[in-house]
Amino acid sequence: MSERSEYVVEIQGLCFSRGQRRIFQDLDIKMRRGDVTAIMGPSGTGKTTLLRFITGQLVPDRGSVWVNGYQVDRTPRKGLYEMRREIGMLFQNGALLSDYNVFENVAFPLREHTNLPERLIHHVVLTKLHAVGLRGAWQMSPTELSGGMARRVALARAIVMDPEILIYDEPFAGLDPISMGVVVRLIRQMNDVLGISSIVVSHDVGEISAVADSSYLISEGKVAASGTPDELSKDGSALVRQFMHGMADGPVPFHYPAPDYGSQLLGRDDE
Amino acid sequence: MTQWFFELVYTLRGFLQTFGAMNLFFLRIVSYSPRAIIRRFPLVIRQVYNSGTLSLVLIMVCGFFVGMVLGLQGYDNLSKFNSEDSVGTVAALSLLQELGPVLAALLWSGRAGTALASEIGLMRATDQLSAMEMMAVDPLRRVVVPRFLGGVVSMPLLAAIFSGIGIFGAYVSGVIILGVDGGVFFSQMQANVEPVHIWQGIIKSCVFGVAASLMAVFEGYNSIPTAEGVGRATTRTVVLTAIAVLALDYMITAAVLALTD
Repeated sequence: MSERSEYVVEIQGLCFSRGQRRIFQDLDIKMRRGDVTAIMGPSGTGKTTLLRFITGQLVPDRGSVWVNGYQVDRTPRKGLYEMRREIGMLFQNGALLSDYNVFENVAFPLREHTNLPERLIHHVVLTKLHAVGLRGAWQMSPTELSGGMARRVALARAIVMDPEILIYDEPFAGLDPISMGVVVRLIRQMNDVLGISSIVVSHDVGEISAVADSSYLISEGKVAASGTPDELSKDGSALVRQFMHGMADGPVPFHYPAPDYGSQLLGRDDE
Repeated sequence: MTQWFFELVYTLRGFLQTFGAMNLFFLRIVSYSPRAIIRRFPLVIRQVYNSGTLSLVLIMVCGFFVGMVLGLQGYDNLSKFNSEDSVGTVAALSLLQELGPVLAALLWSGRAGTALASEIGLMRATDQLSAMEMMAVDPLRRVVVPRFLGGVVSMPLLAAIFSGIGIFGAYVSGVIILGVDGGVFFSQMQANVEPVHIWQGIIKSCVFGVAASLMAVFEGYNSIPTAEGVGRATTRTVVLTAIAVLALDYMITAAVLALTD
């Protein structure tokens, strides 16, 4: 894969197990450069685990993961850190550094990786905070922020080094409708204005459909369906219909596998 | 019998794995330390403040009372042999060689070691360490090494302060309260305390500083990222530090006695 390949992330034949449990089996995914790509799937299908492969925090049992010209599964630690400078990541809970205020959180990557003068750091940080609408909150501590604000600060921190790829892990989880709308708009705007590629892991079908150019639905370690959100919503397979329309039962059962209900209840009386 | 044997082997294997992991962790910390001192000096100083300065009140208060008890007990026992003038010597030797380094390490572990373990554990549980890794910042260099060095620097200073305040405590109870002559108290001490006794305390406190700091940062860094996991890491820090400090104390004492005899 060349440095400026059409695909920013290319996963080929990814296999991975944890103990006896198979997480991925021959997973193939290609994410186009410049797109917002959504990774969807029921809880526990390994969406966040997939992000760990993309960022080099996990090594597959088999298969390869290419990210922006790096073969992540074969890149040594130093190379991984170089690669990560080109990636911004928004964690589910924001993962802001609790010792620092909003300004210092956003300034953190600049202070660690550059020798910019303080005045320039000040300008860059305030510009990024302005982009997420939180310039006025620069002195606040992470504990004073709401969930939505914390995620926006984390977004400002993720873009402060001008990355080529932005990764969002469940960016809509636990947000009120207003914050959710703000985050949806920001994802799209950041992608288009900064000319970057975005990967969004989520199971909020409505929000993700509004923002994604293409989507992958993962289930049982494989890609169950892929395409634009429109294509997915018209997909005829039972699993895709269940997921896209939020049906309680279907190929993904409501009940976790369990022994017979009656015998389990009566069995307790015998104990 | 077979099950008992396998459980023993399993436990032993777990212990060896943890011990090996801790050694590798220690080697990585040591290899990163010189650069951290140069590049992250303000962070190290901040950790010396967190680990050392913030432990000062506890160390001083405990040192004072330990010294007072030593003065009291020493006077009571020595007066049976008409040797109560030696109370200063007994207190000084006890504090400089044993009680100062050991108690300072145990108290440090309870105050600063647990704080370090829980702080790093919480950073792990709230994805702050993962976030650093994703920002291409090695958390071992940025978070662990400065905290480790802060503990290592603090410990000998705290032990020295503990011993100094302890001697003052012994003076208060022995001289001011029980009436031993002040001049004799200090002249006896001066005549009997030798540099080897002081060096023994310094060496011990340095070794305890490394061991206690290592336990705290290792347990915090490798804690399970849940509330229970962080709690367990904090408890393990205190327990393991206490065992390590007392075991190392015996080894260093034995080594010093073998070398000086």
